Amino acid sequence: MVSITVNGTSHDVDVPDEMPLLWVVRDELGMTGTKFGCGVAQCGACTMHVDGVATRTCVLPVSQAVGKQIRTIESLSTDNSHPVQKAWIAEGVPQCGYCQSGQIMAAAALLQKTKKPTDDQITQAMTNICRCGTYDRIRSAIHRAAGET
Amino acid sequence: MDAPALSRGTFIRLTGALGAGLGLALSFPGCAPSSQSGGKEFSPNAWVRIAPDDTVTVVLNKSEMGQGVATGLPTILADELDASMNHVRTEFAPADPKYGDPGLGGDMITGGSTSIPDSWLPLRHAGATARAMLVAAAAKQWGVDPATCTTREGVVYHQPSNRSASYGSLAATAATLPVPANVPLKTPDKFTLIGKQSRRLDLTGKVNGTTIYGIDVKVPGMVYAAIARSPVFGGRVKSFDATKAKAVPGVTDVVQVSNGVAVVAKNTWAAFQGKNALQIVWDEGPNAKVSTASLFADAERLAKTHQGERIAASRGNPDSISGTVVQAVYRGPFLAHATMEPMNATADVRAGSCEVWAPNQVQLRARAAAAIGSGLPPESCTIHTTYLGGGFGRRLEADYVQEAAEVSKAIKSPVKVMWTREDDIQHDFYRPMSLNVVRGVLSGGDVTALTHQVVQKSWYRDWWPQLVKNGIDPGAMEEVTDAPYAIPNFRATYIDHDHGITAGSWRAPNANWNCFVTESFVDELAHTAGKDPLAFRLALLKHNPRAANLLTLAAQKAGWGRKQQAGVAQGLAVTFWNGSYGAIVADVSMQDKMLKVHRVVAAVDCGTAVNPDIVVQQAQSATNFGLSAALTGKITIKNGRVEQNNFYDYTVLHMADAPSIEVHVVPSTAAPTGIGEVCTPPIAPAVGNAIFVLTGKRVRQLPFNDALA
Repeated sequence: MVSITVNGTSHDVDVPDEMPLLWVVRDELGMTGTKFGCGVAQCGACTMHVDGVATRTCVLPVSQAVGKQIRTIESLSTDNSHPVQKAWIAEGVPQCGYCQSGQIMAAAALLQKTKKPTDDQITQAMTNICRCGTYDRIRSAIHRAAGET
Repeated sequence: MDAPALSRGTFIRLTGALGAGLGLALSFPGCAPSSQSGGKEFSPNAWVRIAPDDTVTVVLNKSEMGQGVATGLPTILADELDASMNHVRTEFAPADPKYGDPGLGGDMITGGSTSIPDSWLPLRHAGATARAMLVAAAAKQWGVDPATCTTREGVVYHQPSNRSASYGSLAATAATLPVPANVPLKTPDKFTLIGKQSRRLDLTGKVNGTTIYGIDVKVPGMVYAAIARSPVFGGRVKSFDATKAKAVPGVTDVVQVSNGVAVVAKNTWAAFQGKNALQIVWDEGPNAKVSTASLFADAERLAKTHQGERIAASRGNPDSISGTVVQAVYRGPFLAHATMEPMNATADVRAGSCEVWAPNQVQLRARAAAAIGSGLPPESCTIHTTYLGGGFGRRLEADYVQEAAEVSKAIKSPVKVMWTREDDIQHDFYRPMSLNVVRGVLSGGDVTALTHQVVQKSWYRDWWPQLVKNGIDPGAMEEVTDAPYAIPNFRATYIDHDHGITAGSWRAPNANWNCFVTESFVDELAHTAGKDPLAFRLALLKHNPRAANLLTLAAQKAGWGRKQQAGVAQGLAVTFWNGSYGAIVADVSMQDKMLKVHRVVAAVDCGTAVNPDIVVQQAQSATNFGLSAALTGKITIKNGRVEQNNFYDYTVLHMADAPSIEVHVVPSTAAPTGIGEVCTPPIAPAVGNAIFVLTGKRVRQLPFNDALA
């Protein structure tokens, strides 16, 4: 039995210690906003905040998440009022949308740390893959969100 | 249902038959009021329902995979209906021939950039007819002449008597009225949404994680499965030992299916672990020694011996023209799709029924696959189409649907079959490798003759055999037979290079490769003739002002011919794809063999831009998709196996390498053509043509990063 705190709620789950946090959250807790893309921390679709740090959870054993504050896309806002979500809508970022939970969580973590990121800082922080190629608009949306926070 | 015979072209609309098809599409199968809503819902045809609460539900016979149909199709219908977009909801159509696309032989297919053009008239008629019936209902209630009523944003008005009624309040009455024929459509100047509606309807769920993709489907009692498939193309299970797999905590079952061995578990992770623990002996079959090198050697032998060569297009006599001869051979790699959402499907097979939830681009074929997998007739199978985490042509296959049905049948439980990324990279239907031999003749600075030989596996042969005529795959000849240039002596030939590597549709098939050949080679000819590549092309496009104007627009906006920053050069290319034109100018630099694409100017002519910002989105998306493949994309084969595994060795475009993409859309009131693909083909040759200016090296093999290493 492992005890983890996701979006402020504590959960006891009966899973092996090495099971990645992503699959615990998706299959055991039933929160499917966070996506699976590669399983090897390459694409970032599985990004959650672990103690405020954008983390690729497809390779994070659940045992390492014990005692930490885990935040998923579901916690960002209930009404799309988070500045990053608003900026994503205003810039018309999503296409298929599958990677965007991870992109948004990565962007939110970046803006927590760096209030007004430069283009270079955005490029360095935003290494998540988008096969629809929405990169231009992700960049614009981060600048827009930075302007509003 | 029998598909009508199709004459030519990849995903070609039956242009002449579209009108005839209208009758089919608008046979108003749901013309009786919906029984579920106690007769209060208004459902004048298969495409739209209006509820008493004013909700307008538009039924989509196309899949939403990012290209925007879940906004575009409702925009078209809602405009003629005079509905408010705030009231519009969408749902995905079931697998039912009544939702087939007459432009695609009656099949349910989302592909070939055909959704908007093929839906343009049917959905406008559906909306206009519904509107006429709502007006008739109001006029009847008020005892006035329908001609004195107007409509706006979901409300019927009778201004002389200052009365109004919402569509929802009229639904019950409208449902009792006869369906009128030949309701006139708006003229373009009356459009209120078409050409204006830019905001996508699917944004909300895509920024808060609530959009349901295939991977997110949860059915009561559902378990999870992963399948080990033959690492060698065409291989089969000889024997397997499941002892270690069954010892993995959470694994509940191991069953053999036609495609391999399935490990069933309580969660996805356990299924993946169990799959890794399987011990399988494979019968590797006839492809065990196949490699990329052996395949290209085969292709070269076919090209030289002309074995099985077919003439796809011919005019004049290209062999008898004298002048400066330019010859070249181009080699294109296999490409995987790598949709962000790996393949998956959820199936629940019971006695007499099979229910499937799947992100797919082919509902009727998915149903057929479910029927094979479940052993039930297609009519007993139901397909629920979810949102797709990318398609790009991969989900025109339904292999994953059959798998899920087979596993569910075997274990007698609902199950989600989930692919790993490695499964996805190694068991794709790849953009086929290609060998292209081109020969041009210049006389007096003009191209007077061109021959283009394509050696490429036909994927239509298996996927849509009706379109293969005389052994010629029209998809394999895209941007060869229909390249936009007028060259007086011309011959295009095709050799179907049959091999064991699975091939399929990949965004803009297969202009995505052939355009690189055509547009790079035209550039070679221009430079050999000592002419400016833009002027050289324009001289070949005198008969095609639409293409010429578009290319000129892109060149002007990009500052073609102006002095560039030190170390930066421009290249350009133009393409014609299924009714639309796309032109691209790329600004490129090379430093220490590092290629950088700084800026792209794209111009597109797709007729009416139904949703202007989605047109821009798609131009940007298609450009980046093509650029990703051009820079690093390749699947290679060794010992019959794919050598790549995941995003670390099948690398794709990241933000760091993504250029700024400026899009110019040609204003038009012509009927819309497609936009999802047209910018994929021209980006690679535009970049390659710039590389030639920078380095003097003509790259004839992709990806660039290999060729330039």
